[in-house]
Formats: sequence, structure tokens, C-alpha cells
Amino acid sequence: MNPPTGGIDLFPEWRGKPLDGVLYECRELLEDEEYPTVSRWRQTGGRVLGHFQVYFPEEIAHAAGLLPYKVRGAPVDAVHADSRFGSYLCSILKTSLEIALSGRVELDMFVTHPICDAARNLAAIFGRNFDYPCQILYLPQNANSPHAAAYLRDEYDRLRRKIEEVAGVRVSDDDLRDSLAVYNENRRLLRDLYAIKRETPWTISADEAYVLVAVGGMIRREEHNALLRAVLPEIVDRPARRQDKIRVVYEGGFCEQPPLDLIRSIGRSCYVVDDDLLIGLRWILEDVPTAGDPLLNLATAYLESSSYSPVQHDLRKPKEKMLLERIRDSDAKAAIITAAKMCEPGLEEQVAYIQTMEREDIPYFVSEFEENMTGFDGLEIQLETFLENILFD
Amino acid sequence: MSSSGFAETIVGRGNREGADLFREWFEELGRAAAEERGAAYVFVMGSLAELLRTFDFPIVFPEINSLQTAVRRVAHEYLDEAEDYGYSPDICGYVKADVAVQLRRGDHPMGRVPRPAIAVNTNACNTYIKWAEIWERMYGTPTFTLDVPGTREAGGQTWPGDPSFENDRKYVAAQLLELIELCEKVSGVEFDIDRLRENMRYANRMSLGWQRVLELNRSRPAAFNALTDGTIYLGVANALRGTEQGARYFDELAEEMEYKASAGLGTLSEELYRLIFVGVPCYPLFRRFNEMFTEPGGTFVNSTYLWFASGGSNLGFQYDLEHPLDSLAEGLLVSVRDAMDSMFFQTRILSDMVSDYEADGVVYHPIKSCRTVSTGLADSRRDLMESRDVATLFIESDMMDRRVVSEAQLKNRVDAFFEGLASRRQRAAIG
Repeated sequence: MNPPTGGIDLFPEWRGKPLDGVLYECRELLEDEEYPTVSRWRQTGGRVLGHFQVYFPEEIAHAAGLLPYKVRGAPVDAVHADSRFGSYLCSILKTSLEIALSGRVELDMFVTHPICDAARNLAAIFGRNFDYPCQILYLPQNANSPHAAAYLRDEYDRLRRKIEEVAGVRVSDDDLRDSLAVYNENRRLLRDLYAIKRETPWTISADEAYVLVAVGGMIRREEHNALLRAVLPEIVDRPARRQDKIRVVYEGGFCEQPPLDLIRSIGRSCYVVDDDLLIGLRWILEDVPTAGDPLLNLATAYLESSSYSPVQHDLRKPKEKMLLERIRDSDAKAAIITAAKMCEPGLEEQVAYIQTMEREDIPYFVSEFEENMTGFDGLEIQLETFLENILFD
Repeated sequence: MSSSGFAETIVGRGNREGADLFREWFEELGRAAAEERGAAYVFVMGSLAELLRTFDFPIVFPEINSLQTAVRRVAHEYLDEAEDYGYSPDICGYVKADVAVQLRRGDHPMGRVPRPAIAVNTNACNTYIKWAEIWERMYGTPTFTLDVPGTREAGGQTWPGDPSFENDRKYVAAQLLELIELCEKVSGVEFDIDRLRENMRYANRMSLGWQRVLELNRSRPAAFNALTDGTIYLGVANALRGTEQGARYFDELAEEMEYKASAGLGTLSEELYRLIFVGVPCYPLFRRFNEMFTEPGGTFVNSTYLWFASGGSNLGFQYDLEHPLDSLAEGLLVSVRDAMDSMFFQTRILSDMVSDYEADGVVYHPIKSCRTVSTGLADSRRDLMESRDVATLFIESDMMDRRVVSEAQLKNRVDAFFEGLASRRQRAAIG
């Protein structure tokens, strides 16, 4: 079969709208529990690869004409999935399975990663519940081995062959290079968006920037690029008054996502000038070279030109040092250090983060969240008190 | 020696000598600590003890140290201390107990634990990696994550000769050379391939013995209890891997089990139900937890714990001593993968176990502390029950934290499970 091409508009609602209208439509899409972009893609005969947090080399699925869909949980009740899990687990595991079991998101392949002890179980759990291929992509956990890039290149090649089976097409190196170019543009545009957050945070609130990034995991990247190309100049020109708000870095959103309302609440009190929300979509920090072996280039970029998160161990990137850099590079005055409830890597990292903030005398606010939480009043008051203390210190 | 004298000597020998060997091993650690010698901190799934011993490192298993605090009923003191230090109640209890041991400068209920000179972990459990980061921060300990790519999907196991397996082997073999270089640097001891070969020979004997011991528990009645006796054997399998003592212990343990099986000697005087245990034991109530099952006549005949916590020794993998490094890479890949498979892709394994060991029931025991083992258990249980007619029990508690262990609730559930087993048997008898 010939897969559909990138010319299909999965998210036409934003087109022709002013900035506020685009942001509204992005929020609506993000909060739509029926995941319409997936069903629209399927209606055209397209196939879908769902990949769990944090990072996935979407270019390989894209080159095969699949829709790479970022599986990141959802603020839904785990009606069907709850019985598949025990207690003491983070919510994102359950709701990620829920959206599949409930039929909201129909996949043709599912991939998870050994990011944590819980998530690596998902390939087996999905595999017991669905007939389509459910795999673990073994991203290297010895990032400092000189052989890690060559290993990962071969692992990506294995993935390519599996994806070819699912898509029913061959994926050539030239197909991959074309996809790398699309994603390179996407990475550039996302970097531009984050530069705006850092330099003029009064022109784009935390939740607005978040929805602009998040929809990228639900649509083809050509379309996301078009959206970002359209809105970024409008954000730069947006008439907005600078306010006397504290500049903060938000840390703890690398996997399970805080509710959009929580991000909005935080943004009301302070300027979030940098964060690790959906860091997987922004994992690679530079353009991936298109010349040469595209899989090796992609593998090398994962290891050598990448961000950080609690789920990657790299001796060159101690997480607390990287957080300090994030704070200093964005000229932030404080940090909000969160972790999803029951998220072992996030909770473990909090200790090192807190000790570092203490040592460096950087004000910090510690909290836990869950994607399904609905009341933020108490947290908002605590955060405001924290920020006022900094203002009047 | 008369046959009754022989029986008296051999029966229970594994438990007696296992406890002695384990104590001696810990005393040796205490001497290393007193001499301020740095240790190699390793983990049970892929300890690489056979390699690390060639550099004269004392071998410390923080997981074993931690579970010992629970068995000795003082884990809560260690957990509290780590939580006061900043660690969440919702993370692995083993990690927290070790943090407290380190904060106490190695003070442990069994003696004193030496500080880490090097930490070596595989990726069989992600918490291993996060745990080693703690020592990096506390002491600046050099850490090495030996990345062992696991099975990619259910039924997708690969074996030597398969291109995917060979790619993975190449990666593991390359990392072993990097690790050897690091060990030489940290220890100041030059790598000696003949010492490695010797240690691998002992590991080969141990693996054969362990595999045989597990097979022998198919006998009726079961020769040993997989939950209690098995944990003693596991302690030796890990602590003395790659040593002559360890190899001899498992030769003799196999001999004991051969004898018990042939003489029809069981771990219970009347074995009514044969059970399989899935998960990690409830160490805070270790003895009592087991009694809840043995009092109504249940014996644990096997467990996934005896597979994954033996680091894959259950397979009986035999290193090729002519090619020690290549074979070490292959053995690691095969055995660590098998350990991971027994946690993630376990339905077929359990179904085979039920047949091979003629089990009446499967007890799933997910725990708060360990998501590696516990996350998939509810779904795995559902899957097993769809594929075959076997009684199952699903009970949650913890391996360390007594705050989430309710003896009364556990007892209620276990009692109901045995009523169900009895009722099944009656129905079967009626036809």
C-alpha cells in the first residue's frame, strides 16, 4: 500500500486564525479525549506508531509514512486499565494503556523504552492486550561507551526493519534524510519558541508555550512546522506588558505531564523561562546532519547533542549540574522542582536537585503532581507565598 | 556411616552451611572495612563477580545488605533515616536502607560494610543506575553501567547466530573491555585472564548445580521450600559466585536434593498444595509470611525470584573457557536477558512452571518497592488465567517497608485462597 503523505491536514482548525485563536485550538486539541488527529489519519488509510515517553527517533516512523504518536498518558479515568496494574504506580502508565484499551487511540505498533522500571514493563503489558507489535527500544544506558553510537545505529536499523513490516514499505536512507530535514526544522522552531520564553516571557505564557509544543506529538511534523512558522512571528510582535514576576525554571515534566491547568496556575504567578516539559520532543539540541549514514547520525545526536533527564545516565551530564546550567542560561532566579507521584526517577533526582539548590543558594519550591489532579488552590497559595518571599527578600 | 547417619548429615546441610558461608562472607567484608579497603558494589542481576574478583575487590551486594535489615526487623530505622535525608517514601526501600548504611559509615546489623571503590551495575533494573548515582555523588565513586539489551518483545528472544543477538554481543563485549580497563585503574591490579578463566570454571559448576537443584524440586514432595530455603541458596549463589567455596556448595546442595528426592523427603511432613511464587518475598514478615502458606499444607516449589535474583544461573549456562571474554559477553547477554524475561515476559515461563512442577496455584506478590518486578503482575496474572485453569492469589505488600505490610489482611486473603484450593480439589474429585 502507499501510505498517506505529509500533505494531509490532521489539524486544520488552527489555520487562518489569529494567535489567540490558534492557541485556543491547540488547547482544545490537547484536551480532546477522542484524539481526533489519530482517527483522521486512520480514516485516510494511515497507520500509527505510538511511542511512550521520553525520547523516540520519530524520523524512522515518519520516513515510513507512519504517524508517530507520542503516548504520554491523559487526564482520563483508567476504567479499563486499572485492573491491569497494581498499586504504587504512576498514573501515566495506566492512562496510556487506557486510551488504547478504550479505543480512543488505535495503534498499529507500540514502542516503549527502558526509561524506568515501570515503563519497560509496558511492552509486555501492551503485547498481552493487543495483537500489533509491542516492543522495547533499547536506547543505550551506557552513554559513555565509545561503542554506544554504533550499537544504537544497529538498534535503529532493527527498528527500521520492524517499522517497514508495519508500514508495508521500504525505508531508504534518502527517505530518512528527508525526514531528518523535516525534524531539523522542527527542532529549530522549538528552539526559537524557547528563546522567546527566555528573552520575553511576557509575550507567551507557560501554558501557551506548552500547548504549542505538545500538539507536535499528535500531528505530522510538516504540519507542526507550518503552525510554528505561522505563530512565532506573531508571538514576537504580540503587544504584552512586562510584569514584575520572578523568572523560574520548571523541572519534573520529562515523562508524566502536569495538568494543563497546573501549568497555567504556575504561569500566572511567575515567568517560566525554561523547563523540561516534554523534553523528548526537544531532546536533540542541534541539527542532525543529513549527509552520510542517517541512522548513525541520529544515534550520535541522541548521545552527543542532547538534553538531559533523570532517566538517562551520562557521566558528562550530572543532572544537578545540568539543572544549574538551565537556571543560569535562562537567567532564572528560582526553581520549581516537581515529580509525578510514584515516579521513582523523578523522586530520586529531587534529592540531588534540592541539595544543589541549597548549596548554590537558589530558592526552590518542591512539589508532586499527578496528571489527573484537579484542585490547585492549595498549591497555588503555597507557590505565591514562596514567590512573594523572594520578591521581598 | 550408617544410612541414618548419612541422612542426618546431609539433610539440612545446605541451610546450615549456606548460613555459615554467608556469615563468613560478611565477616570478610567487615575485615575489608576495618582495613579501609574499597569494595566493588554490584547487584544480583549481572554481578560480574567472576570478573571483579580477579582485581581482588571485596564484593558488596547492597540489595542483600538491605534485605538483611528487613529480615532482622530493623529496616524501618534505616528507611526513616533516608527519608529524613530527603528520599521519598515512594521509592525503592533497598535504596533507602543503603543510603542510611552509607550515612552510618557502613554500620549494618551484620557488621560493617566497606565503602565503594567502584560500582558496577547492569541495566536489568533501572534503579540500579539511579542507585549508583548516589554513590557517585556521596563519594565520587567511579561507576560503570554495563548495558545489556534485553528481549525486545514477547516471543522475540534471540540466540547466538541471530544478527540481532550478535549486534548486542558485540556491544556487551566492547563494554567488558572498557570495564576491565577501569578496574585495572581503580584497583591497581593488572587483568589476569587465567584468573578469570578459573573463576568462570567455578561459576560454571555453580550454574550447573543451581539448575539441577531447581529441577530436583519437581519431586513430590518438594525437597525444599523455594521461598525460605531458596533465599538461603540465593544468598550463596550471589555472594560466592566465581569461588571454589560457592561451586562446592552447589555440588553438595545438588547431592542433598538428589538424596531427599530419591528418599521422598519433603520440606513439609504433609504436602497438600504445590505453589509457585511470583515476585519478591515479604522480608519484614519473612517467617510468618511463609507460615501462612505452610500451615494449611502449601509448599512453594519454585519462584521467579529464584530465576531473576540468581542473575540467570538457573539456565545452567556454561562459559567456554577457551574464549573467556567472548563467552563472558555471551553468558551475560543470555543470563541477564533471562532474568529480565522472567520479570517482563513471564506468562509462558509460568505456564511451563505450572506444568513442570505440577503446581496447584500461583501466588503473585507485587511490592511497593520494586516496579521492575511488580508493574506487570496484575496483567500477567490475567493473561495466565485466560490461558490455563490454575488458581491464583494476588497480594500486595513490600520487601522492606512494614508500613505497607498488613499481616491480618494478608492472612485473610491467604486463607480464602486455600479455601478455594480445597474447593477446587473437591470439585475435581467429584468430577
